[in-house]
Amino acid sequence: MYAATRTLARPQAFRTFASPALNRFKHTLPSLPYAYNALEPHISEEIMTLHHTKHHQTYVNGLNTAEESYAKLGDSLADAKKRISLQSALKFNGGGHINHSLFWKNLAPASSGGGDISKAPTLKQAIEKDFGSVEAFQKALNTKTAAIQGSGWGWLGYNKETGKLEIVTTANQDPLLSHTPILGIDIWEHAFYLQYKNVKPDYLNAIWNVLNFEEAESRFIEAKA
Amino acid sequence: MVYTLPDLPYSHDALEPHITEQIMLLHHLVHHQTYVDSFNKAELSLQTLPPGPERDDAIRVKAFNEGGHINHSLFWKNLAPSHSAGHPSTTDVQQDVGGVLVDGKLKTAIVEHWGSVEQFKEEFNLTTSRIQGSGWGWLGSDRSGRLEIATTANQDPLSGSSPLIGVDIWEHAYYLKYLNDKRKYLKEIWNVINWFEAERRYAEAIAQN
Repeated sequence: MYAATRTLARPQAFRTFASPALNRFKHTLPSLPYAYNALEPHISEEIMTLHHTKHHQTYVNGLNTAEESYAKLGDSLADAKKRISLQSALKFNGGGHINHSLFWKNLAPASSGGGDISKAPTLKQAIEKDFGSVEAFQKALNTKTAAIQGSGWGWLGYNKETGKLEIVTTANQDPLLSHTPILGIDIWEHAFYLQYKNVKPDYLNAIWNVLNFEEAESRFIEAKA
Repeated sequence: MVYTLPDLPYSHDALEPHITEQIMLLHHLVHHQTYVDSFNKAELSLQTLPPGPERDDAIRVKAFNEGGHINHSLFWKNLAPSHSAGHPSTTDVQQDVGGVLVDGKLKTAIVEHWGSVEQFKEEFNLTTSRIQGSGWGWLGSDRSGRLEIATTANQDPLSGSSPLIGVDIWEHAYYLKYLNDKRKYLKEIWNVINWFEAERRYAEAIAQN
């Protein structure tokens, strides 16, 4: 009786498809919105190529592997434990994929508006309100980002609760959860070392020239809506 | 307390080709020097800073840079040129050769724990490569001589066991030569690991027992 009920409960069609794992969605590396050399001389072609095709790709692959393992798990307590053990791989690779996907979009060649804050009038006004001036904001962002003790990211984030723009840092590949990301800056050494060596302030000053304020503006407007 | 940058026990090009001169120069004279300078600056500021967020920050800065100084001081000494010929020692002490693990207490303990030295290296490298961010891979020993592979994040020093070998896996330690290929760096560095220093540290760790 029970067996008959269980068979009836499953539509026949479902059972004839291949196992769900094979049809699973896989994350893919997003294309850069510009050429690898487009952010020269501020960020070198060599760095962009490695950063995108190697580092980001590795996070994508790692995320897919972790999610694939996760999806295979069932209802047992042993599987609950396995799900927990996968958390750090999901967070690290998932965060890496999220962060870098945001990063490529919040960069733009200087020739197409990179570094031009006039492309973000609403955001600029809010920056001046919350930081006093654009210069003060830039200084604070650079100082806090450079002060990260290890690998991580510096963010301009929008705090929905207070309605304020704030500078936030995250460690390693932790995604920004407490704020809406407006601008992200990768301060992992692979993001700048080949070009700037240990001189983080030079990198942080240079990247200002390729920040995509148009993208930042649209993120900000969406966050406030 | 004031720290100073220790000299390398060998010249900056001595670990070539496994670790390049360019990396050694930057790593020692700039990165490690910065940990030393930043520690001294924070320590000095703590002499006068009143309680508050600035003082709290200086305490954090001091701890981070002190860890950096401790870790790198250990690191330079647990590295050695893979060939003694052509690399004059910068100290009076007879220079160790890197990559050579002679029979002794440490080798016996490694083989006992991991089955073989190669197995140990593989596990060490796998564990170290899996650090999610910056950090260090360590071979450590407790006072009874029991060995373990451990990792620390950022510039945290190894605690809970005595460090025998430390391997820096911050990107600045290898990126200029190995780019993103961490695994290759970890494979190559064993050519310049100073097992003689590790053996001395091991003897010291168990002598305290």
